[in-house]
Amino acid sequence: MSIDLLSVIYLITQTLNGLFSAALLFLIASGLTLAFGVMRIVNIAHGSFYMLGVYVAWTVVTRTQSLLLGAIAAILVVGAIGFAMQRFFLRRFAADPLAQMMMTMGFALVFRDAALMVWGGDPFTLAYPRLLRGSVEVAEVVFPRYRLFVIVVAALVGAGLWMVNERTLIGARLRATVDDPEMASATGINVPLLSGLVFAVGAGLAAFGGVMGGPILGGYPGMDFDLLPLAFVVVIVGGMGSLKGALVGAIAVGMIDNFGKVLVPELSYFTLFAPMVLMLAIKPTGLYGRA
Amino acid sequence: MSTLTVRDLHTYYGDSHVLQGVTLQAEQGTVTAVLGRNGVGKTTLCRSIAGLTPARAGQIALGATDITRLAPHRIHQARVGLVPQGRRMFTSLTVREHLAIAERSADLTRSVPPAAESGDAGPVAPWTVESVCALFPRLAERLQNRGNELSGGEQQMLAIARALVANPLLLIMDEPTEGLAPALVAQVGELVGRLKREGTTVLLVEQNATFAVALADRVHVMSKGAIVHSSDPKTLWENEEIKTQLLGVPGATAHGERR
Repeated sequence: MSIDLLSVIYLITQTLNGLFSAALLFLIASGLTLAFGVMRIVNIAHGSFYMLGVYVAWTVVTRTQSLLLGAIAAILVVGAIGFAMQRFFLRRFAADPLAQMMMTMGFALVFRDAALMVWGGDPFTLAYPRLLRGSVEVAEVVFPRYRLFVIVVAALVGAGLWMVNERTLIGARLRATVDDPEMASATGINVPLLSGLVFAVGAGLAAFGGVMGGPILGGYPGMDFDLLPLAFVVVIVGGMGSLKGALVGAIAVGMIDNFGKVLVPELSYFTLFAPMVLMLAIKPTGLYGRA
Repeated sequence: MSTLTVRDLHTYYGDSHVLQGVTLQAEQGTVTAVLGRNGVGKTTLCRSIAGLTPARAGQIALGATDITRLAPHRIHQARVGLVPQGRRMFTSLTVREHLAIAERSADLTRSVPPAAESGDAGPVAPWTVESVCALFPRLAERLQNRGNELSGGEQQMLAIARALVANPLLLIMDEPTEGLAPALVAQVGELVGRLKREGTTVLLVEQNATFAVALADRVHVMSKGAIVHSSDPKTLWENEEIKTQLLGVPGATAHGERR
């Protein structure tokens, strides 16, 4: 095999790795950006939803050996936590973004310690589903089956979210609320209820992202705050409130982070945050955000 | 019953006391105009009735229903429609979506017009997306366009259509003729007349006093957050002092020529 071919294979493999990171980031950031779009909430507890997802799934997967059941449980439990958090706490401070942000910060700390109490501090990974073990080999490229599966799943979730957002009445109501919440309410939309549902869906998506990453990245104390900056970089680069922005931002950050770590590992934080700083300097609203 | 009753309404923006005890009544099937210069609280009155800036004291009722403390979407469900100042389009929604999210026409019949006045009794067919498109054919051509791709006139038509498809018993129109071409102003005037004949209560807030006076059954003039003059339109129009001082309409010397 020539050197050229090897480097092409390497490039393809790393691109697929980047896409895997992008897939997880998209699942997590789409929820964050939707919640921000509707409620203007900067949700510091979003990383906690991701963490709680893995932990809830861990409890279920160790008993049932089913990642699917773990994912369903994680989405339902964390979605319900998100809904309750919005319904009983954040909604009271709808007019005060700073108070809301501090409250989500408080929740993040509570969730962190609660997870430590309930599940202990040992790191773990979720069991791979049996069908998705091993690798696929196309031409000379060998790639883990499970990672490919996650990329496909995230693409399907993205397509589903896009369909709901662009093609349904509830999607139109959602966009109307993002455009002008006050006029949306005067057009008969129950904005507080819609906000609660969006927040719950966002929490569920973050939890799902945690479960999907679970067999590879696993769960450990501190994973919530490890992830949070990444999710914010995605949302800031893509534009707060934009689903398309979350997609493009996730791909950009996934690729940059992956190639950065491979090519210049000593600068991995620089390669990750430099795009965000540049974006904030050039176009503060992000690629697809609005003023 | 869809008479609007506003009693001693006080509304604040923060510490600023904007509405200082507004009382008015808008009878079902009539047009009630609220006039006054910029910044006297006309838009705040509309916002308070629609629930967007809830009143701190006082009472608002539609028929027998107290709507003072309801959330805006509940007030909308109580069949209060708002055509807001500045049109307030949803920029990412198509014209069709604007109408679809607002439409509430199934199983609603609009009120029976008072037979004595109109002559033809019986329920009026509810507004639907189709019927507002027939009313504004321009919108029918633009159904796939987004809110920010419309001209000012088209936006105003859509703002009105968006309120109509919910079949309001009370329609609040905040400066519906602002920035419209004369032909369109005439069309809005015709529509207001038709709504009234069909039994809708119309609260018309206007800078354009000539337009409002021509349509209204009752006229209120606001100044500094309160209603300072109420009469029938003819009495108001003959009162040069109010016209010049409170409406900014050029008085006797200008023979009603406006801007």
